Amino acid sequence: MQTHIFDVIIVGAGGAGMRAALESSTRAKTAVLTKLYPTRSHTGAAQGGMCAALANVEEDNWEWHTFDTIKGGDYLVDQDAAEIMCKEAIDAVLDLEKMGLPFNRTPEGRIDQRRFGGHTRNHGEAAVRRSCYAADRTGHMILQTLYQNCIKEGVEFFNEFYVLDIILNEDSGEPVAAGAVAYELATGEIHVFRAKSVVFATGGYGKVWKTTSNAHTLTGDGMGIIWRNGLPLEDMEFYQFHPTGLAGLGVLLTEGARGEGGILRNASGERFMERYAPTIKDLAPRDMVARAMVQEVREGRGGGPNKEYVYLDLTHLPAEQVESKLPDITEFSRTYLGVDPITELVPVFPTAHYAMGGVPTNVDTEVLRDNEHVVPGLYAAGEVACVSVHGANRLGTNSLLDINVFGRRAGIAAAEYANSVEHAELPDDPQGTTIALVERLRSASGSERTAVLRKDMQDTMDMNAQVYRTEATLKQALSDVQELKARYANVSIQDKGTRYNTDLIEVIELGFLLDLAEVTVVSALERKESRGGHAREDYPTRDDVNFMRHTMAYKSEDVSGEDYVRLDYKPVTMTRYEPMERKY
Amino acid sequence: MAAVIEEAAPPEADIPVATDVTFRVRRFLPEHDSEPHWQDYTVALFPTDRVLTALEKIKGELDGTLSFRRSCGHGICGSDAMRINGRNRLACKTLVKDLDTDKPITIEAIKGLDVEKDLIVDMEPFFAAYRQVLPFLIPEGHEPSRERLQSAEDRARFDDTTKCILCAACTTSCPVYWTDDQYFGPAAIVAAHRFIFDSRDSGFEQRLEVLNDKEGVWRCRTTFNCTDACPRGIEVTKAIQEVKRALIFRRV
Repeated sequence: MQTHIFDVIIVGAGGAGMRAALESSTRAKTAVLTKLYPTRSHTGAAQGGMCAALANVEEDNWEWHTFDTIKGGDYLVDQDAAEIMCKEAIDAVLDLEKMGLPFNRTPEGRIDQRRFGGHTRNHGEAAVRRSCYAADRTGHMILQTLYQNCIKEGVEFFNEFYVLDIILNEDSGEPVAAGAVAYELATGEIHVFRAKSVVFATGGYGKVWKTTSNAHTLTGDGMGIIWRNGLPLEDMEFYQFHPTGLAGLGVLLTEGARGEGGILRNASGERFMERYAPTIKDLAPRDMVARAMVQEVREGRGGGPNKEYVYLDLTHLPAEQVESKLPDITEFSRTYLGVDPITELVPVFPTAHYAMGGVPTNVDTEVLRDNEHVVPGLYAAGEVACVSVHGANRLGTNSLLDINVFGRRAGIAAAEYANSVEHAELPDDPQGTTIALVERLRSASGSERTAVLRKDMQDTMDMNAQVYRTEATLKQALSDVQELKARYANVSIQDKGTRYNTDLIEVIELGFLLDLAEVTVVSALERKESRGGHAREDYPTRDDVNFMRHTMAYKSEDVSGEDYVRLDYKPVTMTRYEPMERKY
Repeated sequence: MAAVIEEAAPPEADIPVATDVTFRVRRFLPEHDSEPHWQDYTVALFPTDRVLTALEKIKGELDGTLSFRRSCGHGICGSDAMRINGRNRLACKTLVKDLDTDKPITIEAIKGLDVEKDLIVDMEPFFAAYRQVLPFLIPEGHEPSRERLQSAEDRARFDDTTKCILCAACTTSCPVYWTDDQYFGPAAIVAAHRFIFDSRDSGFEQRLEVLNDKEGVWRCRTTFNCTDACPRGIEVTKAIQEVKRALIFRRV
């Protein structure tokens, strides 16, 4: 075992982690610990853009952006956080440009902007051009630019170091961050990183579902670690299903395709979104579009031999526009479905995409241990966190914005805190839990296999906890997941080695996924209303009287010592926006 | 308005069926093997399945010790470059239907970097070469309060090389790189090109020193392997030639 000492450690090297590192490393001794090489992170898969009210191509202001974000989130957004994000968005985009990001340009040479779902002028009048973009590779450019600037600034990376636990000092009776424990993939060695500040930027957990736009590696490790340490997870019932995944595969096709003028059609060619969102049609927020698509299929208007998807139509757009503004999704469609979007309709269906919920933080990215108190020295930013700027449904482009705004804030806050305190004492045997976990799984001889359990979990979650939910489907999902957790106790792996043991990594990841699947389903069962991305067919309307509140889930033990998911609630922060009915 | 879409049931012959496909994988388990060896696996696959799907199936159903890197699964993270039937490709971007399945499909680690285990290679020398070319914007003068202006034409000048995902398919297809571990290889030159031809950048003189070294761009023998290997369709050899020309004429 090796021990390292830093002021700040950042866990995860996607957009949020590297944006934090750029701030932190100039202020304090910083290390970035990442399960993947930084450029493999899933920020690179984001396509359509990053919204900011630059007003480069038409009138816009950050207050309109704030309103859209809050309304898009079905009023579960913490309004103070949304104001901060939308106000700081402008500098966040300009900072990236100054770092070298190659944005598309207007004829005047300014950063170009295009339309995106739910982003409107003057509180819903019409779609507005707010998304700053680089073709359909905006996330790729952000990831590359941040990595390049980390090289420029000499940021220290520990690549392929898989963090498995945080170290908390509880001497005062309340937890304080003291470091993290990591497993080195190349050697199988355990490393203790002592730090004053720990920033979690570990991303989402889309692999809970079968049909997903998420990478294989998005297994909710950060949320899982927080959960296992008895800290809460917020709003886990709110998960976004992106409308346009390639049918049957889930590969993301950007909403920017509709921003460029693309249209969704059912099997008879009807532009069905006109019926669901008469004003902004195909550019309605994602939750509404995803439900409309499922509805069309359920009512027999789906396309294909099994009538199981709808179509994204780009054929009326000039070929040159599609090739230059949407080159990657054009290629994905050609490669994976053999469909050419220039001349053919592309089969699409919703795909599990983004966690609105996660580790609760305040606007300074400090992690909350309950509704009021923070864990000193512990921070979270990006998809792993729930600030909550996305509420019940995130608007497109606001995730790339979130990682830049709150990644930056996390880096500054973590470094400033680290510069103001001494290292917390390490508890006895800080690596004990991790060593026990790794050794148990490596030496287990049970009969269950990772791939089978993972598939069963993904199947039940796709079937029972997807775009539409009911009490019955959620109860089915819960009993399936709990049964899978019991079977997981009997899992074993074949690779018993120490070097690059990806068999071991996958079984550890599955453990986190199962925990998070359970929290998601339990939180969803108790939210007896429909709001944003959480659509309950048995409770089809929003219920502000009983459910205008955040869910806070805690891992607890009952009297017999059995773990269970305990739910509590937290008020929504309102500033100036009264909840209204959500129409587009 | 688009025409009504005709939905005829496909004829029986068009319904895809899973068939057995054999993969011949070059294995190396450092804790057991002194030398790499070939191992065959047979799995049932649909023609539209990716090679990555096959590897996932082998690992999940047949042999958990088979080791490889992967993440996004659709060609944008650059984790799973490997030699498939002797050609550098991304496993997640190569479909079974595009390979000859009458004989075993060979899968090996990319060449020129040390094999750590099975298909996993040591990527550190690759990223070290990338860092050498100063792969970041080096601007001149005062920072503007708003964005720097750049015309659409100037932006287009370096568009091709912004697509690089650092998968190393180009660099590890280069015969010069295989034999000369001082040469920093095509991917690093692509990164240099991305900045040299960016109108906002003023770091040409600094990069020139690195690139003009005897192990720099002049080691390129223009074999075009890199261009063929690039899963992003970057014209790598052309980019290298443009960098060479810029060095000769000392301007972009």
